[in-house]
Amino acid sequence: MAAKIGQSVWKFLDERFLLSGLIAFGKKKTVPEHRRSFWYFFGGICLFLTGIQIATGIMLLLYYTPSVDAAHESIQFIMGVVKFGWLIRSVHSWTANILVGLLFVHMFSTFFLKAYRKPRELTWVTGFLLLVIFMAFGFSGYLLPWNELSYNATRVGTDIAGSLPFIGHWLKTFILGGAEVSQATLSRFFWFHVAILPLAALALIGIHILLVQTLGMSKPIGERNTKEIPFFPDFLYKDALGWTLMLVLIGVLCVFLPWEIGPKADPLASTPLGIKPEWYFTFMFTTLKLVPAHILSIEGEKLAILAFMTGGLLWLLVPFLDKRAGREKRSPVFTWIGAALALYIAIMTILTYTVPKL
Amino acid sequence: MNIRAIRLFAAAALFAPLLAFGQKNSCIECHNQLDDELKAPAAGLAADIHAQAGLSCKDCHGGDPSQDDVDKAKDKSFKGSPKRKAIPQFCGGCHADAVAMRAFNPNLRTDQLSQYWTSRHGQRLKAGDTKPAVCTDCHGVHGIQSAKFPKSLTFPWNIPQTCGRCHADKATMEPYKLPTGQLDDYKASVHARALYDKKDLSAPVCNDCHGNHGAFPPSVSSVASVCRQCHPSTGDLFVKSPHKKAFDDMGAGECEVCHDNHKILTPSTAMIGTDQGASCVQCHDKGSKGFEAAAEFRRELDGFESGFRTAGDLLAQAKHKGVEVSDVEFRLQDVNTFLVTAKNLTHGLDRAEVAKAVTDGEKALVEVRAAGEKALDEARFRRRGLAVITAILALFGVALALKIRHMTRARSAAEGRGSHS
Repeated sequence: MAAKIGQSVWKFLDERFLLSGLIAFGKKKTVPEHRRSFWYFFGGICLFLTGIQIATGIMLLLYYTPSVDAAHESIQFIMGVVKFGWLIRSVHSWTANILVGLLFVHMFSTFFLKAYRKPRELTWVTGFLLLVIFMAFGFSGYLLPWNELSYNATRVGTDIAGSLPFIGHWLKTFILGGAEVSQATLSRFFWFHVAILPLAALALIGIHILLVQTLGMSKPIGERNTKEIPFFPDFLYKDALGWTLMLVLIGVLCVFLPWEIGPKADPLASTPLGIKPEWYFTFMFTTLKLVPAHILSIEGEKLAILAFMTGGLLWLLVPFLDKRAGREKRSPVFTWIGAALALYIAIMTILTYTVPKL
Repeated sequence: MNIRAIRLFAAAALFAPLLAFGQKNSCIECHNQLDDELKAPAAGLAADIHAQAGLSCKDCHGGDPSQDDVDKAKDKSFKGSPKRKAIPQFCGGCHADAVAMRAFNPNLRTDQLSQYWTSRHGQRLKAGDTKPAVCTDCHGVHGIQSAKFPKSLTFPWNIPQTCGRCHADKATMEPYKLPTGQLDDYKASVHARALYDKKDLSAPVCNDCHGNHGAFPPSVSSVASVCRQCHPSTGDLFVKSPHKKAFDDMGAGECEVCHDNHKILTPSTAMIGTDQGASCVQCHDKGSKGFEAAAEFRRELDGFESGFRTAGDLLAQAKHKGVEVSDVEFRLQDVNTFLVTAKNLTHGLDRAEVAKAVTDGEKALVEVRAAGEKALDEARFRRRGLAVITAILALFGVALALKIRHMTRARSAAEGRGSHS
C-alpha cells in the first residue's frame, strides 16, 4: 500500500519536474580523476559554507536589530542570553572568514589549472564576481555589530572609496547614506547584507553551478589520465569528507575562540590606533599606506586605487586574454603573473599584521 | 593692449609700497635677523595668542614699527622690555582692565593681578625679591598660548611640570628652605594617574589646590576645605565623626594626616586596621577602643573585598573561555560602588553604616558570583559538547573514508576484470 502511494507521488512529481531526466543526468555525470583533482573539492566546500552562512544568517535575523542604539546590544543579547546564540553568531563570523579564504584558494587553483579556458570563460567570470560579492558581504557584515573596530574600519574603508577620482565623493555619500558613518549607513549596510547581496549571490551561484554541471570539470592542460569517477556517489562522498572536516574546524574555533563583540562604537571618540579592515582587504589597505604620496605628479593613493580596479578588470577578463590556454597550450606567462599576484597578496597581508607601524 | 598693461603696472607700482606700508613691522624684520635671545621674540610671536588677537609688538612695547631706522622706531612711546619686578603690572595693564579685555575676550577674568599680589609669589616680589614667579614664568614670554591649548604651559597636564621647573629645583628653592619633592610625590599620586593615564583633565593639578594666580600653600585649617571641593561626602562624614574634634584638639590637619598631601596614593583597605603601616595605628595604641574599632572595620571590609575579587576572577575566567559576561561585569561594577561606599563610610566611623553598606554589597555579590559560576558551567558545557560532536563527526568521517576506499577498490577490481576479459 505504502509502496503504491510512494509510486503515485513519484509519478506526480516526475511528470511535473522531469525528475527522471535529472536522475539520469546525475547517474551519467562523471568527474575526472588525476593527481590534481584535489583542487576540485574547494568549490564544493565553498558551496557548503555558503549554505551555513544562509542558515546562520537567517537565525541571527531573529534577534539582530539594525539600529545604532540597539545593534551592539542585540549582539550582546545573542551572545549572552539566546540559547546557542553564541554558537550561531560565532559560526556565522568564523565561516565568513574561512569562506573568503577558501574562495581565494578556489580562484587561484582554478587560475593555475587554467580551468577558465574555453568553454568555461563564464564560469570564471561568475566565480570572480562571486568573490567580489562575498567580499562585499564581509565589508557590510563587519559594521553590523556596531563596535569600535567595525565603525572605524568602515570610516577608513569609505574614505578610501571617497578618494576615487570623479565618482569618489558621490560613491562615498551613496555608501554611507550621508557624510558620516551613521544610522543611514547601518541601515543600508544591513539592506545590502541581507537583501541585495544574497539575491545577487544566489543568482550568480545558480549560474556558476549550472555551468559547472553542464560543462563538467575542466582537466588541466596536457593531462593524459582519462580516468573518471561517478559524481554520485563517489565524488559527493569525498566532498562530504571535506565538509565534515570543515565542521570540526569551525566547531573548535567557535568553542575556543568565540567571535568577540568589542566595545560599542562611539562616534565622538577618537579613532583608536592600528585600525585596519578585515584581513582580506589588508593587501589593498597596506598598499595604499606604502604607495608614495605622488607618482609623476598624480596622487599616489588615487593611482593605486585605479591600478587595483584595472587589475581586477583584467583578472576578470583573463579567459579572453589567455589565448594560448584557449588553444590547449601551456601559458607560463599567465602562470607567473598569477604566482606574482598570489605572492603579493600574501606578503602584503603578512606585512599588515607583522609590521603594524608601516 | 600694451597701453592697458603699462597702466596696470604703473598702478601696481604706485600702490604696492602703500600696501606694504600698512603691514610693515620693523621689529619683526630686525629681530628675525638677530640671534638667540634677541631673535626669540620675533620667532615665537606667530603662535602667540596676542598676535592671533591682532596685537603686535608696539601694543605691549610701544615704539613705531613702521620705521626702518632703529632710533626712529624706538621713539618716545617705546617702553622696551619691562624689568622683572614690573612684569605683573606690565601684563596687568590690559589683563586687569575689564574695559580693555572686553574687546578681545569678555569672558576672561580681570582679577589675576589683584590675586597675584595676594599670592606668596606676589608678596615676595613686592618685598623686593625678584626671584619668585611672575606672569612670564608660567605663561611664557612671546608665544603665549591659551590654557586650552594642549601644548600650553598652563594646560592641565603641563601644569605640574610648569610649577616643578622652580619647585622641583633644589638650587632655586634652597634660599626659601622649601622642599623639592612635591613634583615626584604628585606623579606617584592617584590624581596624577587620573590625569596622565586616564587623560582626565578634571583631575586636580597644583593650581586646583593652591590657586593659580593667588597661589599660596593651604594652611593646616584649610587643607580639608581644598579636598572637599571634590570630595564633599567624605568631608561631611569626617566632620560628623569623633575624629573631627580629636584632630582639632591636636591641631592636626584632616585629610592629609592619613592620605598625605602631594603623594595621595590610591586609597586601599590596607590603610584601615591594625597592621603595621595602617593609618589608624599612628594614633591608636594596642588595646585602645579605637584600635579595636579599626580591627573591626578592617575585618568587615576584608571579607567583602576578597569576595569581590573572587567574583571578578570568576568572570575573568569565564570571559577568557569565551563566555559573554559583559552584563554580569556591569553588575560587578554595582558591587564595586558598594565597596567604595563602604570604604568611604569609614570616614564617619559609624560601624552600623559601614556594616549596612557591606551587607547590601554582599547581597549583590551573591548574584554576581552565581552568574560567574553559571558562566563557567556554560564554558564547560561548550567544551564537552564540542568533544561529543567532534567524536560523532570523526566517526562519520572515518566511515565515509572507509566507504570511499571500499568503492575505489571495488571499481579498480571491476576495471581490472574488464581489461582481462
